[in-house]
Amino acid sequence: MRKFIEGSMAVSESVKLCRPDVVAAYPITPQTHIVEFLSQMVADGDLKTEFINVESEFGAASIVLGAAAAGARAYSATSAQGLLLMGEVIFNIAGMRLPLVITIANRAVSAPISIWNDHSDAVIFRDAGLIMLFAEDAQELMDMHPQAYKIAENPEISLPASVNMDGFILTHAFEPVDILDQKLVDDFLPPFEPVYKLDVDNPITMGLLAEPTWYMETRYKLKETMEDALSIIEKVADEFKEKTGRYYGGLIDTYRMEDAETAFVAMGSLVGTIKDVVDTLRAKGEKVGVLKIRSFRPFPAEKIREACSNLKQLVVFDKSYSLGLGTVLQEELRSCFYNRKHQPIISGFVVGLGGRDVPPQSLIDAYRKTLGKEILNEFVDLNTKVLGG
Amino acid sequence: MSKPILLTSSPGTSKVNKTGGWRTLVPVFKHDTCNDCRICVTVCPDACIFGQDNEYHPDLDFCKGCGICAYECPVDDIDMVLEVK
Amino acid sequence: MAEQTKKRKAKPPITESLLTSGHRACAGCGEALGAKLIMDAAGPNTIVTTCTGCLEVFSTPYPETAWRMPWIHSLFENSSAVACGIDAALRAKGKREGINIIAQGGDGGTADIGIGCLSGMLERNQWVLYVCYDNEAYMNTGVQRSGLTPYDTHTSTSPAGKQSFGNPIAKKPLLQIVAAHNIPFATTATIGYPADLQLKVKKALKEKGATFIHLHVPCPLGWAYKTEETIEIARLAVQTGLFPIVEMRYGEVTRVRKITKERKPVEEYLKLQGRYRHLFVSEEGKKELEKIQAIADANIEKFGLV
Repeated sequence: MRKFIEGSMAVSESVKLCRPDVVAAYPITPQTHIVEFLSQMVADGDLKTEFINVESEFGAASIVLGAAAAGARAYSATSAQGLLLMGEVIFNIAGMRLPLVITIANRAVSAPISIWNDHSDAVIFRDAGLIMLFAEDAQELMDMHPQAYKIAENPEISLPASVNMDGFILTHAFEPVDILDQKLVDDFLPPFEPVYKLDVDNPITMGLLAEPTWYMETRYKLKETMEDALSIIEKVADEFKEKTGRYYGGLIDTYRMEDAETAFVAMGSLVGTIKDVVDTLRAKGEKVGVLKIRSFRPFPAEKIREACSNLKQLVVFDKSYSLGLGTVLQEELRSCFYNRKHQPIISGFVVGLGGRDVPPQSLIDAYRKTLGKEILNEFVDLNTKVLGG
Repeated sequence: MSKPILLTSSPGTSKVNKTGGWRTLVPVFKHDTCNDCRICVTVCPDACIFGQDNEYHPDLDFCKGCGICAYECPVDDIDMVLEVK
Repeated sequence: MAEQTKKRKAKPPITESLLTSGHRACAGCGEALGAKLIMDAAGPNTIVTTCTGCLEVFSTPYPETAWRMPWIHSLFENSSAVACGIDAALRAKGKREGINIIAQGGDGGTADIGIGCLSGMLERNQWVLYVCYDNEAYMNTGVQRSGLTPYDTHTSTSPAGKQSFGNPIAKKPLLQIVAAHNIPFATTATIGYPADLQLKVKKALKEKGATFIHLHVPCPLGWAYKTEETIEIARLAVQTGLFPIVEMRYGEVTRVRKITKERKPVEEYLKLQGRYRHLFVSEEGKKELEKIQAIADANIEKFGLV
């Protein structure tokens, strides 16, 4: 059924279809609507789940950890400060190999306090062992949540997965969405079979202390699993395509890359903008294309190199910055081509921090500025008056 | 594909750790005035006193020699003595 | 005098405890004893969550575990929230009946860093028994002061010194804070009276809502006393009035352990412990003892212990 709905509603409808056993979340702008819609569904009897009104994001994350440990399918959602407050627990969930899904409505991290979108919250957790997928639009959000559960709950993976969506841009904008059929989702996503769980009929101890003799191997195993996740993410996307005919990419997606010489690279809703930019430039005969990073963690280095094998240049548009180093996506791409036979020229531009609007013309101007050469860590559209220039 | 390392343990695997090696004093159960109250069993922090019918004994593999059983025994039937190994 | 002894039914053989031997608690550890008593009172149909702390560290160094029922440790401050998740999961699966869920933490994990999550659990009245093992300091990390450290106690971060008598802050009234959430059952307890503790566990587990036990557990290392005196010291804390045994239901006191016949002055309790040694060496120290006696007197007055 096709409906004109808010991005947050697409998320809520999608999560409902995944039949979560336990939902625990704490309100934070711009995630609020997701959880409000879910609680209305529960109140109307449309969603049978244990819905817990928690005292903080830390509580929410701990509750879904406990629920997953007891063998239940659990869900939470948050943004920026809330995600940071969950921080300790996210590492804990990944280290304890418990699968669950968290929707992150990406928002700038305080200070200064900002409720608007950028990717600074998500990138903080790139080391945690959390699978991180970035959605481009509301339809992809509908499609991504069952996929996220399927990846997380795979017994070879057994890790938490995050669905990242740009705060306000995707949460609060209305788009036409094909709501998935419950039967299709049930078929695609079977009931959760935990690899291990708390059960009085089969008692085990979880969360033991690991002395130096034991700790390193657990991290090695996590490294191996994140690598295994690369092929699982592709497989699950392909399976979903078979069932629905829709494909938003696996680890990456490409647009008009067949004969491109330059590719614009981005994650999340920005991909939609750069597709428009590419169409504009293609109309003028320029050989440009789009590289969409769909899976940020695990980082699909091999797939990226494959897709860029004929490119002269990459122009990265990033909504995050690693202070003291450089823009995050730019650095990760540079390292994925380091010492390889083919190395496109890579430039990196910082856009849209704190919800700053990203007009397509600004992206074109930035691209023009490169003149085919490398520009690194350049902030786009800075207000020189504010900077005291 | 590699299966996740789960880092869990099965019940009672602690018993490989023979904490009896820690003690300097060892409880001697005299079986003289014992009235089967089982207070010694109740108060042992290491759950290592066993027996029945006025005859109780510590599991020396685990007894840490804390002396609580001797202190609490209401009929003074347990002595703590320096253990000679 | 002819002794009439009835032929008593033979007691059954002793079975292995649900917190079994081989754990690395100090000899004479009050917390280990308390946990053992609680687990055995609760029985094997129990799922347990525990905060980071002595109890977790001495019982679960991989690959060894002393716990014989399903048990999970997550973080320092969230055993209550993790237990809430387990409660929700079992309810969602229709498997909640007949299972006990016990969340555990030390005085730090419960009253300080964990109080937010604990308050949430109590406010939602989730069906979990929370046990606070109160040894009155952060013992596992080296005897640092906590919110439940009593007045004038020497700890490593509130040491007695030339210009200090130790912790200058009164013990946080944890039982009242918990009971103010209006939960079905909240009580203090002590390993000084093991049978009473086990009875309280059974009372708590009968309630299908949030319940709470604030358990006083002496620590031979942190309190600096002879290991065999663990239970004696726990009893003295009650008998002086410094640790009142009080049961509360829905915010009202329903039962107290009176100390009318056994009341003792606070010195009897304090003098056995190295952590109060500094109060016995000077005139100013003796004045402090009077202040501590006043705290005990106030407890006795407030709860009608005499």
